[in-house]
Amino acid sequence: MSTRTRAPGQGLARTILLGIPVPVLVVVLWHFGVTYQWELVFGIRMGFLPYPADVAVSLWDFAFGGLRNDAFSGELWVNLAASVGRVAAGFALAAVLAIPLGIFMGRFYVVNSLFDALINLLRPIPATAWVPLVALLIGIGDQATIFLITLSAFFPIVLGTISGARQVPPRLIEGAQMLGSSPLRILYQVVVPASAPAIINGLRIGLGLAWVVLVLGETVGVRVGLGATISLARDIVRTDLIVVGMICIGLAGYLSDRLLVWLFQIVFRGRPLMK
Amino acid sequence: MSIPTAATLTRTERQADIRINGLAKSYGLPGHEVLAMSDVTLDVASGEFVAVVGASGCGKSTLLRILAGFEKPSTGSVLVGGTPVTGPGSDRGVVFQDYGLFPWLTVRENVAYGPRQHGVSRRAARETADEFLALVGLTRSAGKFPGQLSGGMQQRVAIARVLANNPAVLLMDEPFGALDALTRTDLQAELRRIHRANAATVLFVTHSIEEAVYLADRVVVMTGGAAHGVPGHIRQIVPVNLGDNRDPSSSEFNAVKRMIADLVHEGSDHV
Repeated sequence: MSTRTRAPGQGLARTILLGIPVPVLVVVLWHFGVTYQWELVFGIRMGFLPYPADVAVSLWDFAFGGLRNDAFSGELWVNLAASVGRVAAGFALAAVLAIPLGIFMGRFYVVNSLFDALINLLRPIPATAWVPLVALLIGIGDQATIFLITLSAFFPIVLGTISGARQVPPRLIEGAQMLGSSPLRILYQVVVPASAPAIINGLRIGLGLAWVVLVLGETVGVRVGLGATISLARDIVRTDLIVVGMICIGLAGYLSDRLLVWLFQIVFRGRPLMK
Repeated sequence: MSIPTAATLTRTERQADIRINGLAKSYGLPGHEVLAMSDVTLDVASGEFVAVVGASGCGKSTLLRILAGFEKPSTGSVLVGGTPVTGPGSDRGVVFQDYGLFPWLTVRENVAYGPRQHGVSRRAARETADEFLALVGLTRSAGKFPGQLSGGMQQRVAIARVLANNPAVLLMDEPFGALDALTRTDLQAELRRIHRANAATVLFVTHSIEEAVYLADRVVVMTGGAAHGVPGHIRQIVPVNLGDNRDPSSSEFNAVKRMIADLVHEGSDHV
């Protein structure tokens, strides 16, 4: 028993310790690369990069202000809130549309036949290819960004849900039927919980794509947002701020994924799921 | 295991007989059908315990699945309590060999699931669940998940889940087939006790002749099947007049067992 409780702790410390050297090495190489203006493959001219220390200062200033006192000082939260709002709206809309559709497509042949062709035709079109059309139809700004996010997050969620709904063991459906469940109740009391692992996988992929598309949508016509910050920083050639914006989006994407997994665990409160 | 009091042995409020007439089932595409089962006619009285035995492929599970409403017969009719079977329904509770419990629900929630489908309040369903868990001796496991229980305990949950739904007919498809011999014997004795108290009509499919003779009022012997070139059919129906306290080691018990074994094997040999 004691070895069983100690082993994961040791494993965690080990994992953390082993996780340190490589990122440190990258930062050190980055620093020297800037100092000595290395040229790397793809023609990467490291001389144009800011020093890691400069990025750290800009990041602190972007978040809390008081160091550089420029137009970006302390502006992180306003931009973060705008971006999170767009991702949340677009992603939630995608989930609300995709999960029920996926459940019905996964369980009913007719519904699947109705939507399958359309979904598979639209799915390979990347969000970037939608941008010109969206710009003409919706214009540029909040609504266009949210639309692009919804569009991109929709497909992985619907496909994950379909595959989950198809793989529900027939025995569980029969069990619910003979206990007197109506077909509709079987969908949300058996099919949805049995598909939960596949649905959450689809949601996580969709949320990751939402952040990718956020930057795409915020690059044009939006003034507040992390993508807009990067875009503005490029216009005024502030590479340190571009990197700061990239770091912030990466962190926000990572934290939102953790939040999603955490919410999922709250909802299922340690209930065993289908394998 | 706790011994249930009279109050916990709930008698079913619904009673129904089963009338199966000229049942046949074929599989495959139109024009290339294989007749898996044919000409099955059987009446089961209300409250009677009937076991169906036969070799693999004789159609005994198909018969049960048609009664459950999971499959449609190609020809023939099934009446339960005078009403034609058109699909699955809670008047016919099914116990599967692989339990079919919902892994994300606790044992108590699994048993309360049926009553909850019929508009019973959460609290009343919980009380019913606890009552039937007591009946199968699983009160202490009520908060666990099925995956944390042994096969025998999961099958007890499955039986409690069906009984909590107050079915008129219990359909059991090799329910103890996946269990070890000791657990199996325990559950057989328990099922006898429950049946005597509950008085639901039972159709019990098994490939164990001993199990059939131990449990049933009558044993239906099925033979044939696609592998034998003859559709599965009822060879003979054997009444078991061994009283309430059956001793599998007695000579009378073994005489019935041997007779049924001969019927099962003749059935597959002569083809």
